[in-house]
Amino acid sequence: MDPILLYKIILCVIVFAVSLGIAAYMTWGERKIAAVLQDRVGPDRAGPFGLFQPLADGLKMFMKEEMIPGASNKFLFILAPGFFMLTACMTSVVIPWGSGLEINGTVYPMQITDINIGLLYLLGVVSIGVYGIMIGGWASNNKYSLMGALRASSQMISYEVAMGLALIALVMWTGTLSLGEIARQQDAGWANVVYQPLGFLIFLICAFAETNRAPFDLPESESELVGGYHTEYSSMKLGFFLFAEYINMFISSAVLATLYWGGYNFPFQHELGLEGNTLAIIQTVVLFAKILIFIFIFMWVRWTLPRFRYDQLMNLGWKVLLPLAIANIFFTGIGMYLFGKLG
Amino acid sequence: MPLTNRSEVVQPSELSWSERLYLPAILKGMFITFTHLFKRTPTVKYPEQKRDIAPVYRGQHVLKRDDAGAERCTACGLCAVACPAEAITMESAERNKGEESLYREEKYAKIYEINMLRCIFCGLCEEACPKEAIFLTDRIVPTTFNRGEFIYGKDKLVETLEERIDVSDRQRPEVLKFKEDKKHKHNKTFLDKTTTAKRGH
Repeated sequence: MDPILLYKIILCVIVFAVSLGIAAYMTWGERKIAAVLQDRVGPDRAGPFGLFQPLADGLKMFMKEEMIPGASNKFLFILAPGFFMLTACMTSVVIPWGSGLEINGTVYPMQITDINIGLLYLLGVVSIGVYGIMIGGWASNNKYSLMGALRASSQMISYEVAMGLALIALVMWTGTLSLGEIARQQDAGWANVVYQPLGFLIFLICAFAETNRAPFDLPESESELVGGYHTEYSSMKLGFFLFAEYINMFISSAVLATLYWGGYNFPFQHELGLEGNTLAIIQTVVLFAKILIFIFIFMWVRWTLPRFRYDQLMNLGWKVLLPLAIANIFFTGIGMYLFGKLG
Repeated sequence: MPLTNRSEVVQPSELSWSERLYLPAILKGMFITFTHLFKRTPTVKYPEQKRDIAPVYRGQHVLKRDDAGAERCTACGLCAVACPAEAITMESAERNKGEESLYREEKYAKIYEINMLRCIFCGLCEEACPKEAIFLTDRIVPTTFNRGEFIYGKDKLVETLEERIDVSDRQRPEVLKFKEDKKHKHNKTFLDKTTTAKRGH
């Protein structure tokens, strides 16, 4: 077998397993951080520090009674959570998890595929993610589920606009759509957040909205509603929806770290005297540290800020973030002219 | 008149530019929640760790035996009368010959029941008892799955000979003096009928 193909398959499996594992432990981390921020202890019964809690939660989800509404469209009803999960996992293929491993004289990049339209692919897959929610809400044949799905999808579509425009400024500055190339560029110079602070802020806010996290968790609103688009779901199908959200959060953190915070690069990495595979492995660890910091910020914000009202959400998306993103593009253009980056 | 000096008159005014950004306020809030990461939790992890309770904590009742092991209760019913929740019922019986080691006096409680769901653990039964027979202890009434099991009969209330329950904290001199005090109605009615000399502790 072609060694490159074999390597890619192994990398695929590793990335898949790691994103599932991290998402599972994010549920534990979420509850633990929520508890600590509220001066509580959090899960500590299942295993040391409650570390087996995700297993217990998963088992609970599997053991729950499975309900499929009689009037629902069964095919779509079952398809929706799987679809949502699929789109959540798909985005991880374009993220550079490290620089590259050298085995037997060949350098294997730690990125499943470095397509030259990586950013476009990312935005495309994120947009498709709306379908999982929409199909789920519609197939339930329940007006409240449908309304929840409408709220969720209109929120996601609204914030995708500002997110895309924030990325355009980044693409203008870096001159490439490939995530691998963006990560490599940040090795030579500063991290992109230095040049794109406003773009980073807009992207961060939109990432919160895209992943349906607080303060934009209106689609779920667990303290106000029975549930949004997933009202009719039970058992592991509900678990899939919730789990996919955590995967989305993990991928969003990875994207944020890669695009704006230098990806796997860290300051003075070439002055350490390390080389080759050692450096590559340390770089991957650094990337994961950055991702964990962003995941912490996701959770930290959730337990700090109250939920938006729906009109405030739309106002922020269309009247604040969209003009800001356009202004950011404008200023990036001026900056490029001043720094002589044009042509 | 202001109760504290912390009150502040709120005047609704137009938000300033920095306030309308909301970001400073958000960062301030995030800082506050962040400081809570380093605060100690006041949690007591219950089954392993128990909160200290007062020596005169009012928990599950005990019906005491005297030093010889005879039940002290004479089924006078003063506890049931004193009980504001009407949780206590009893049925009295006369002591037969040969039962002197079981019951202290000629009359005893054949049935003595406390409904723990009704009981409010106020301790008035303990206060009313002229025979030093009923006491509240620091034991917590355990939960069960049906109502019937919350009606505690003599099997659960009377202390066993092997396992005596220490209530000495509840029999301090002040308490005993209080029980002799004729100011209180139940002492008066009881003490008028009997002689104090008969009462032994």
